[in-house]
Amino acid sequence: MTVRKLAMISAGLSQPSSTRMLGDRLAAATVARLEEQSHEVDVTRVELRDVAQDIMNNMLTGFASPKLEGVIDAVTTADGLIAVTPIFTTSYSGLFKSFFDVIDNRALTDMPVLIGATAGTARHSLALDYAIRPMFTYLHAVVVPTGVFAASEDWGSGADKVKTLPDRIDRAAGELVPLVIASERSTAVRDPFGFDAALSPFGVGS
Amino acid sequence: MQFGIFSVGDITTDPTTGHTPTDASRLQDILTIAQHAEAVGLDVFAMGEHHNPPFFPSSPVAINSYLAAKTEKIILSTATTLITTNDPVRIAEEYAMLQHLSGGRMDLTLGRGNTGPVYPWFGEDIRQGIPLALEKYALLRKLWREDVVDWEGQFRTPLQGFTSTPRPLDDVPPFVWHGSIRSPEIAEQAAYYGDGFFSNHIFWPASHTAKMVGFYRQRFEHYGHGRADQAIVGLGGQAFMRKNSQDAVREFRPYFDNAPVYGHGPSLEDFTSQTPLTVGSPQQVVDNTLGYRDYVGDYQRQLWLMDHAGLPLKTVLEQLDLLGEEVVPVLRREFAKNRPADVPDGPTHDALKAVAEATTQDAALSGVSGATYSVEVK
Repeated sequence: MTVRKLAMISAGLSQPSSTRMLGDRLAAATVARLEEQSHEVDVTRVELRDVAQDIMNNMLTGFASPKLEGVIDAVTTADGLIAVTPIFTTSYSGLFKSFFDVIDNRALTDMPVLIGATAGTARHSLALDYAIRPMFTYLHAVVVPTGVFAASEDWGSGADKVKTLPDRIDRAAGELVPLVIASERSTAVRDPFGFDAALSPFGVGS
Repeated sequence: MQFGIFSVGDITTDPTTGHTPTDASRLQDILTIAQHAEAVGLDVFAMGEHHNPPFFPSSPVAINSYLAAKTEKIILSTATTLITTNDPVRIAEEYAMLQHLSGGRMDLTLGRGNTGPVYPWFGEDIRQGIPLALEKYALLRKLWREDVVDWEGQFRTPLQGFTSTPRPLDDVPPFVWHGSIRSPEIAEQAAYYGDGFFSNHIFWPASHTAKMVGFYRQRFEHYGHGRADQAIVGLGGQAFMRKNSQDAVREFRPYFDNAPVYGHGPSLEDFTSQTPLTVGSPQQVVDNTLGYRDYVGDYQRQLWLMDHAGLPLKTVLEQLDLLGEEVVPVLRREFAKNRPADVPDGPTHDALKAVAEATTQDAALSGVSGATYSVEVK
């Protein structure tokens, strides 16, 4: 049996971060389901804060520092990605978007993705579907139908008692797991010099 | 092996004085720099081509023609000639003119250019960058190798019965390098023709350059131009030197921090550890440059970027003095050690001419080629 590789990235900034907490819970629920089905799971957890300067430097210089390159490799070669951001000013945080801006825009094609977001109140929850989901759609990633939003109140009293946060997390993990099992991303051989089949070194017109 | 400098011709305010050169003064400075490069014993001066401020040199062939008259020995090259947005017919004509004017002391490095608006300004589309480079170069080659050309393609009006003049000096087409930072298609193109591959090198980590050059070498051998270690490789480099390395760091830091391309980004320390930029003593530049051979193999041409980021002329000339006196002589000696005898030297007109003549004679006698360079003989 092959090891399933899972990557979780959190764009949370504070310590402790509710974004990181949500990411950890989504990862734990996914891992639990995979293990139930006898899959071994290798999880990489990334706080984008730790590579924030590297991300900005990459924007300015065009190349990733060795540390950031390690993170990008871990994310792009995973069988599934859990991506969680705080909602800032009606959308994903700049740090979250910047990370995806410096990754090659073909690197996440077919990637199974579970999206999550956090904010002070549930009034921001649709940002998952009008901002974060379209970004991954643009990248040709496969985003599971359930996105998980956690408002501050979800962590205590005032939380939704009908569809609770653990219920929503479990449902989303359940949608991600079959895609992660079916993924061949972590074992695929990548040819950095792979050309378009139509490439002819002498051009077309001669 | 050939050593030299390349200039991108940026007009940048000196961050330590606030002085911004005019186009006129910067052009004069570059002419001085190029002539000084010859005086200190460098082999190559290469000029960039840009069509957007803060860069002024729109025509490296004009600058190099002037320099051809003012210099005796130095090879005048480009960094780079834009193959995507120029008409290959004009490149063929103008660089053939330069070849005659310079007595063969020239070659050129083709590049695509990565400034978005330049493409539409010249009627092209940046999304077609690679196909443009491939097709236009195929035509350029033909124009230098066939007296009468019939041609039809996607990116230029057709040609019927066209002869590009003047014909190449001694019937030897100018040597061409293909420059690229990150496109393996360009390495493939260079390998396909047995041309040189010039890796920009300076803006990216060494591991990336190693992969691109390794790929080019492998494909060069695949296409039958020689062994992989005989492929023609050039590298960019970047250095700032003072006798005392602490002085170099102190003096260069404000220029680094405000430089076009990487300014206001990573620290000088991060950038020097992650890219080939060396800021320190001449000995450090020697050591780092010798290290390039560990990941690209024996190569043919090393060019440094020395005159950018607003550095004053006097400083640049001092840098050239250090290169000529303390760096290049040591590198010539050290790079020659353990270099296989059948790994070619940097390309020159005379060498290409000798190979062309030998190939013609061999072909006449037995069909066997002793060519070191993969020069096509028409």
